[in-house]
Amino acid sequence: MEKSELLELQKTACKVRLWTIEGVFNAKSGHPGGSLSAADIMTYLYFKEMNVDPADPKKPDRDRFVLSKGHCCPALYAALALKGYFSTDEIKVLRHIGAMLQGHPDMKGTPGVDMSSGSLGQGVSAACGMALSAKLSSQDYRVYAMLGDGECEEGQVWEAAMFASHYKLDNLTLFVDFNGLQIDGTVADVAGLSDLQGKFASFGFEVITIDGHDFCAIEDAVNKAKSTKDKPTVIIANTIKGKGVSFMENQVGWHGKAPNADQYKIAMDELNAQLKAMEA
Amino acid sequence: MAESKKIATRESFGMALCELAKEHDDIVVLDADLAAATKTEIFKKAYPDRFFDCGIAEGNMIGVAAGLATAGKVPFAASFAMFATGRAYEQVRNSVGYPHLNVKIAGSHAGISVGEDGATHQCCEDLALMRTIPGMVVLNPADHYEMIEATKAAYAYDGPVYIRLGRLAIESFNDPDNYSFEIGKGITLEEGSDVTVIATGLVVNEALKAVRALKEKGLSVRLINMHTIKPIDKDIIIKAAKETGKIITVEEHNIIGGLGEAVAAVTAENCPVPVYRVGVEDVFGHSGPAVGLLAEFGLDAAGLEKKIAELAAK
Repeated sequence: MEKSELLELQKTACKVRLWTIEGVFNAKSGHPGGSLSAADIMTYLYFKEMNVDPADPKKPDRDRFVLSKGHCCPALYAALALKGYFSTDEIKVLRHIGAMLQGHPDMKGTPGVDMSSGSLGQGVSAACGMALSAKLSSQDYRVYAMLGDGECEEGQVWEAAMFASHYKLDNLTLFVDFNGLQIDGTVADVAGLSDLQGKFASFGFEVITIDGHDFCAIEDAVNKAKSTKDKPTVIIANTIKGKGVSFMENQVGWHGKAPNADQYKIAMDELNAQLKAMEA
Repeated sequence: MAESKKIATRESFGMALCELAKEHDDIVVLDADLAAATKTEIFKKAYPDRFFDCGIAEGNMIGVAAGLATAGKVPFAASFAMFATGRAYEQVRNSVGYPHLNVKIAGSHAGISVGEDGATHQCCEDLALMRTIPGMVVLNPADHYEMIEATKAAYAYDGPVYIRLGRLAIESFNDPDNYSFEIGKGITLEEGSDVTVIATGLVVNEALKAVRALKEKGLSVRLINMHTIKPIDKDIIIKAAKETGKIITVEEHNIIGGLGEAVAAVTAENCPVPVYRVGVEDVFGHSGPAVGLLAEFGLDAAGLEKKIAELAAK
């Protein structure tokens, strides 16, 4: 990746984080931690990788993205708004009565959202259906889905993993946003996924582990997934929950809590400083 | 005229899928390791490239169907009613119902007429579960011809549909040359003025025999086949309430949450008359031959004749 392109992606990701905080602050609720950990991957997909068109959100040959960890939609909404699907003004009324942007993604109401989600464990199944449809119709679009690490405790994830592998859905790429934290504590303490790589490998996946905040690593992994034949790929992305906002980083408490006015100011100042440094 | 050969509606469903697939290449069929029982195997044999076994994983099957629907396919996902609507309820609710996707869910082996497999597999709650999901159409066809037409109507309708299939082979009573199916439109099978019986699904034919026997004995019973539980045909219910003053509902389902309560809600709000619910009285079923169980639960023609006469005299 060219340095200039990398810098652009980093700047966009910073803007995604700014709008994530803006949305959650104005909603007085929501999930900043996992949104911030997933922001770089979503930025990469929407601003570098996916064949999508904000002017034609439903075009049949578009690549698809399913945010299975639907509670992290503040980052998705930020990416979609910055991409041009809708105005960033919508983010300021996220979760308000009558707002377009719901607490969890609503494909009926929000342009660019490919699947309604929010009830954990269900997104990979839908992504499998999309990938299977492409195979059936000889379409060459690709399907991406993002899971939380805690979400991998849901049994349906593994039903879907079996299906994806059985039907050789090599047009399906999963990301696991492995930030190590869930509501009740660390993933290791709550349920323990232990060898997640081994689990996916035994389910027949190509498994790639990366630093989920490194755009070059994300690009390499996505390209490897695209060249992998006859089996689906999972990219296990090691991330930092709350990435980019110092007091939120690696803190369980910021899974599902909005910042107060003082915290909001600190967060925005930090992110704006990062953006300014990149623009300098 | 109706032929005398008995056929289970699950088999009619499998045949209807094949008929539809001839003309529509967007139909895809999913099953969860029960193709031989739900009769999607009929489709599987004819169209193997469009059939996908999901294994014993109903939640995933519903999600895969949802994903296929987002991409323009028209998936029919089949399993036993217990698992398609019970095990996978939340997937149906959140992955299909909330986004109002064009997924058709078929629940076979519904009701006590599953027979020997017993209570774990005798789903008497599916209509209730599916009725509560906003935007879900709920169909419960009564015989072979009705199932064929209902399956076609489900395909033609753009949105989520639940179709209840029976395991037990039953007689067909509809006349294929003089039959039409419309979602949400009940069918009056017998005219009458003393009381109205509204039946649904596999027990409609039993109710028909009971009503005809009662008519011969001088009781003027109206019989309505309510093949669509949701959206319920309000007009036909209100008309029956006004003209006969009393309604008896008959269903192979828990009397809580099914046809009876759907009918009672319409009468209560529009034309209050007594509504008596005949069905499975909030109990689990048990093992035994299907025909014997229907008799035990009072849902065969003899049992219904007795019950309708008793309730009509109240």
